[in-house]
Amino acid sequence: MLELRNISFSADTENGTKGILKNVNLTVDERFVAITGPNGGGKSTLAKVIAGILTPTEGQILLDGEDITNLSITERARRGVSFAFQQPVRFKGITVKDLITLAAGKKIGVSEACEYLSEVGLCARDYINREVNASLSGGELKRIEIATVLARGTKLSLFDEPEAGIDLWSFNNLIKVFENLYAKKGGSIFIISHQERILNIADKIVVVANGEISRTGTKDEVLPALLGKANAACPTLSDKVI
Amino acid sequence: MIDEIQKNLLREIADLHAVPEGAYNIRANGEKAGRATTENIDIVTKEDKQGIDIIIKPFTKNESVHIPVIISESGLKEVVYNDFHIGEGANVVIIAGCGIHNCGTQTAEHSGIHTFYIGKNANVRYVEKHYGDGDGTGENIMNPTTEIYMEEGSRMEMETTQIKGVSSTVRNTTAKLAAGANLVVKEKIMTHGTQLAETNFVVDLDGDGSGTNLISRSVAKDRSHQIFRSNIRGNAKCHGHTECDAIIMDEATVAAIPEITANSIEASLIHEAAIGKIAGEQIIKLMTLGLDEKEAEEQIISGFLK
Repeated sequence: MLELRNISFSADTENGTKGILKNVNLTVDERFVAITGPNGGGKSTLAKVIAGILTPTEGQILLDGEDITNLSITERARRGVSFAFQQPVRFKGITVKDLITLAAGKKIGVSEACEYLSEVGLCARDYINREVNASLSGGELKRIEIATVLARGTKLSLFDEPEAGIDLWSFNNLIKVFENLYAKKGGSIFIISHQERILNIADKIVVVANGEISRTGTKDEVLPALLGKANAACPTLSDKVI
Repeated sequence: MIDEIQKNLLREIADLHAVPEGAYNIRANGEKAGRATTENIDIVTKEDKQGIDIIIKPFTKNESVHIPVIISESGLKEVVYNDFHIGEGANVVIIAGCGIHNCGTQTAEHSGIHTFYIGKNANVRYVEKHYGDGDGTGENIMNPTTEIYMEEGSRMEMETTQIKGVSSTVRNTTAKLAAGANLVVKEKIMTHGTQLAETNFVVDLDGDGSGTNLISRSVAKDRSHQIFRSNIRGNAKCHGHTECDAIIMDEATVAAIPEITANSIEASLIHEAAIGKIAGEQIIKLMTLGLDEKEAEEQIISGFLK
């Protein structure tokens, strides 16, 4: 179980210090938790704070009761936190197989690495020995990024807009990917998304806006109001929430 | 007789755990320490200077030659001339390399002058690794010079690696390619401490249809210094590509000076060079997989130089 207590995060800007997250309190004990809300509202920052990439200005983060607030990215990863970046990182010389092996944390065979790639809709044989570099498209990199989290199979998997850059066929399969991940490994899946189909499979939806949690609940409790509000007041969000 | 230190050097530079199969010539501390020839590959000691002639018969297929050099005497300095005569249509692998174990205070230095005469339609894979170790204060210096003459339709792939223990190196490579010949060079260098590594390539694409691809990847750590120079001269209807990619760390310095010269309107030449530190996001990504910062850095470097 993940618990955020009074988490705040501020960043220095040209106009002084800006509060990106303000006193966020959240408990994640469900299978699927979807975080949604307008752009710039603090969703990605929240995920990065949980993964240890950013250090909160105030507050506490507990994972299964252990205070991990001051633990490094590595220590959190070793305690079972995974993170799929919105913008995957490229590496010269590191192959897809290398990256998935590192994610698995043990030597794995080609067939096991191929399973993870197949799950995200990549024809494994075409990719296994390719470098994770600019020769791969944004969508291919995104799917490989998701495959690394599948290979980790940790108790908390964070996905920052996994649907971004994914084509429609893969998107339809993305839902199955999350379901399979839970079926195989259990734990919690924490997804930042604007997609209604992803919000629809969530056990809990958390709306983050202006650095605060503005609403929390089941899809039946949150979606009607969210979509109604989006349609009425925020055409940009309305366009994004299909 | 080869001792344990020398055996270790052989493992490092040529991956040799036993006497190699096929033709070989092992040079240890300036002397011949072992040699074998085959029906198709002859090795002859030069009479006018230090070195050997390696003569590979035309149409020799799937054979290899190992010619490692090992030095474990501090203060030994040598210049060795090795000439490779590769017959028409041959297809061979040549594994060279130099290892120095310096436990003394004096400089140990090896300058290998290798000249390749590659016959028509021959195919050569040349692997050269340089390595140094020892707990002495004497420097390990290696200055390889490679001259390559390629006849019509021949192909050469040259892989050079220097990862550890070489205080100073100046690597000069020149090549002249006839019509349809193709040269691929893959260079990997890592420098530490105050080491110096200088690489100079000059490739003349003289024949129509000739081509070359020079790829250098390097990592400069501590206060080491690297210089990469390449000049591809397109003198005919040809294609050439040179690429230098370097990771810079600590207080190291790297200079990359790629040059292309088109002396024919039909020449198609490209150069690329990139120098930069390891991207922070790469380290962070690997840390999210459970590696610590040092492990992440090592993984990125080993992948980069793989």
